[in-house]
Amino acid sequence: MDTLSILLMGFISIVIINNLVFTKFLGICPYLGVSGRIDMAFGMGLAVTFVVTLSGMLTWMIDHWVLMRMGLEVTRYVCFILVIASSVQLVEMYLRKFFPSLYESFGIFLPLITTNCAILGLCLFINLWEIDNLLEAVVLSFGAGIGFTMAICIMAGIRENLNMADVPESLKGAPITLITAGILTLAFMGFAGMIR
Amino acid sequence: MASDKAKGPELGQTFIAGLWKENPVFRLLLGMCPTLAVTAAVRPALTMGCCVIFVLVCSNIVVSLMRNLLKPHLRILMFTLAIATFVTIADLFLKAFQPDMSEVLGPYVPLIIVNCIIICRAEACASKNGMVVSIIDAVGMGLGFTLTLCVLAGVRELLSTGMILDTKVMPEAFVPWAAMSMPVGAFITLGLMLGLVNIITKEAS
Repeated sequence: MDTLSILLMGFISIVIINNLVFTKFLGICPYLGVSGRIDMAFGMGLAVTFVVTLSGMLTWMIDHWVLMRMGLEVTRYVCFILVIASSVQLVEMYLRKFFPSLYESFGIFLPLITTNCAILGLCLFINLWEIDNLLEAVVLSFGAGIGFTMAICIMAGIRENLNMADVPESLKGAPITLITAGILTLAFMGFAGMIR
Repeated sequence: MASDKAKGPELGQTFIAGLWKENPVFRLLLGMCPTLAVTAAVRPALTMGCCVIFVLVCSNIVVSLMRNLLKPHLRILMFTLAIATFVTIADLFLKAFQPDMSEVLGPYVPLIIVNCIIICRAEACASKNGMVVSIIDAVGMGLGFTLTLCVLAGVRELLSTGMILDTKVMPEAFVPWAAMSMPVGAFITLGLMLGLVNIITKEAS
């Protein structure tokens, strides 16, 4: 297989088949918390996509070019979380300076991205899958962001309609959202085995 | 820290609160990712719970000791760095003494760093209180979290294999529900359990 098709396969695989939310339980907190309205969900998804691509690339570079060469793998987690926190900070400052209206609409979500486990999780999975090529790592990170955006938008669409449904009193709120998420994962399980 | 000693009953209250009244998973909906990810069987859930207790206690101690030195805007970053250090210790310990468990839990041990429970307790309790209160709070919250994980894992393991901790519980004729060990089982079991907790709360009040 040539490089392009490997990249394409990896992208499709992480968006649909190995979706971080549905199969790895990463990013569940914003997935349950911010999926009330579809426009907010989409904004959150875009912010996460940007940060995850940036930090996936940076952590790969730091991991391979600094930590592994100097034998400092022990400090990996501390370095990763520092990189993520600072790239979130960077995005925040950049948006506030150049796109104030976009910054206003993101509001509280931006700082919250630091503690989104999808981002640290993806950096760790890239390390675990032993991706040894920068381009592949960037494509995977971007795909993970797109997959998260897709999952949270689907959920928000369902929840907007769920408001009109007659849900039993004790299942209102979080419980019914979790059950809906369960049924969604069941649907996405149908894609398993599509690639390898 | 002299004021801590006078409040014996209140310390007990803080401890009990984490178990039920402010249970991190059922009541505060914190730390959902590990709750869903490691509860396919009881043993990994228990290991995960122990790691979380260790990290929570250590980070609460450190945060409560340095709470007067912190600048407000650097607070969260310092919390995260302290937590990341203890998580690294826990991860190396697991790799050395429980290699097969470390294999099963995989990246979910390092993911304790971004577990909302720990940052939430550092922010809400340890950065405002003395060391004794912080430790009690951490142990209570950690135990509450571990118990919840074990209950959830128990239900899922029982239904997906018919066994709990390698002991056969279900009768011979029981057909295992394979779906319970998959992501679907995690979401639906937790959803139904939250509904059950809501019913119990309403009955009690």
